[in-house]
Amino acid sequence: MVERTAARPGAVDAAPRDQSRPDAVFKWLTAACSLVVIVIMGGIFFELVRNSGMAIREFGFSFLTSDAWNPGTGEFGAASSVYGTLVSTAIAMVIAVPLSIIIAVYLVEVARPRASRFIGGAIELLAAIPSIIYGMWGLFVFAALMQDHVQPFLGNRLGALPLFQGPPMGIGMLTAGLILALMVLPFITAVTRDVLMMVPPVLKESAHGVGSTMWEAVRFVSLKYGRRGIVGAVFLGFGRALGETMAVTFVIGNSHGISDSLFSAGNTIASSLANEFNEASEPIYLSSLFALALVLFGITLAFQTIAHHWVARMQRLEAGDR
Amino acid sequence: MMVPAALIGIAVLSWILWEVIARGIGAITPAFFTELPTPPGMEGGGLGNAILGTALMTLAATLLGAPVGLLAGVFLAEFGPSSRIATAVRFTTNLLMGTPSIIIGIFVYAIIVLPIGHFSGWAGAVALAILILPVVMRTTEDMLNMVPDELRESGLALGAPRWRVTLGIIFRAAKTGLVTGLLLAVARVSGETAPLLFTALNSFYWPQSFGEPTANLTVTIFNYAMSPYDDWQQKAWGASLLITVSVLVAAVLARFVIKDRKGRTA
Repeated sequence: MVERTAARPGAVDAAPRDQSRPDAVFKWLTAACSLVVIVIMGGIFFELVRNSGMAIREFGFSFLTSDAWNPGTGEFGAASSVYGTLVSTAIAMVIAVPLSIIIAVYLVEVARPRASRFIGGAIELLAAIPSIIYGMWGLFVFAALMQDHVQPFLGNRLGALPLFQGPPMGIGMLTAGLILALMVLPFITAVTRDVLMMVPPVLKESAHGVGSTMWEAVRFVSLKYGRRGIVGAVFLGFGRALGETMAVTFVIGNSHGISDSLFSAGNTIASSLANEFNEASEPIYLSSLFALALVLFGITLAFQTIAHHWVARMQRLEAGDR
Repeated sequence: MMVPAALIGIAVLSWILWEVIARGIGAITPAFFTELPTPPGMEGGGLGNAILGTALMTLAATLLGAPVGLLAGVFLAEFGPSSRIATAVRFTTNLLMGTPSIIIGIFVYAIIVLPIGHFSGWAGAVALAILILPVVMRTTEDMLNMVPDELRESGLALGAPRWRVTLGIIFRAAKTGLVTGLLLAVARVSGETAPLLFTALNSFYWPQSFGEPTANLTVTIFNYAMSPYDDWQQKAWGASLLITVSVLVAAVLARFVIKDRKGRTA
């Protein structure tokens, strides 16, 4: 039993003029489902603003610049959390980005196909490991390594810098940054690898044809060609690192203070939320945490929007090049 | 210089897996799966309630989020894929996927836990569903876009209504990809901790109803790991092992299935 409709076959782009009710309902239903994401995003923004109202009214703009965090006296400020978020993410990116590019170049240019697939597979599995597992490993295994070997080494060699002063505790800002680097690495590597694979072989061959070495070809041709895609990947990795919660919470030490040393404990917005949200006894405390969440939400939204437009521009430019 | 850099990936992965297996295997006993936790400091007991809780909440989240995600993906792929609504929806989906999961947990806390007055398994399931939704949307759209238009045209030419063509024919053609995408999303969500911290919380008892705080593996790991009890830390490693094995098995399985399918359609 088949119904007749007035739908035009094919033409997926144009809206078919269905006259049958079930098809109209179907289209309406799927449209409604797709609008759910917009409702959710709007809802998140609305609820965060609503619940942080008390803190915003109380502290005003100084919330962003104050590094106070005193549940006892009811004074709260986002500065130490924002500082920790940015510093740990910066450490992660400084380590992960060059490493990712090197690994991606290796996978695309140097490695034999089977080795490339194997190592590429390992990198993808690294990306699949849940963040709490990184936290467990970070706290019980990696932090011990940091405390016993890496931090004393850095303290001895580079201890003149305030960055590397202080007792080696194993946990702290540096450890958190390194774990974050591990978590962001697979993601940036995967995207960079895809970008590099899209470089037209004729460009690389031309470079070799005029006598460039492999590295010169990579530097001046492949990386230049894929520049925007790689930058987009870095942006997205940055955004991911900003919001990473569980792994950082395990190893950053949960201390609200701004210190010069990378060995010291600190906190990120996400780790403070994880540690303190359920402990917040006073309304102003809870509202301040909501305000922190709003700050994080704003930062990640901004980053993602910039990344999105960057990548969109790249795609438009590429289409124009053809 | 490059080979050592590339080997870092394998080295770290092996190291993490080794530690998780070595430290966690001791906790994996039949009791681990069937018994309730004992009071802190006492040996024995298990995490049966947490395993069941995670399974139930993941299932509920999938039932809540996957159908909506599937239908939304259908809209993006089938009805005016380049329309302004679709572009806005796609952009928002990316934003939602990039939003830290702890913020989603806080959002659900604000809209469910606060009004009701206590934590609940439902809140946890909703938070996880919000995580599943955009991922399922994206993979559904991608998989449906891979189905050639000729298939749609044939179905419509035979006089079938649009919804029949989509659900009966296109879905069937994209079945493998859709299921794989769903499997990956579910695996990813089952390992999430942050969204459950302020929604389902945790519990020492068997999950009786979703209306109360519900035991789950990930928050248990968080609580146990931070505790001073050796037995609890051992159990945290056991739970970590369980989660890691499940997630990696799903990931490897999905990769094989996708690869096989790509080979066939090529």
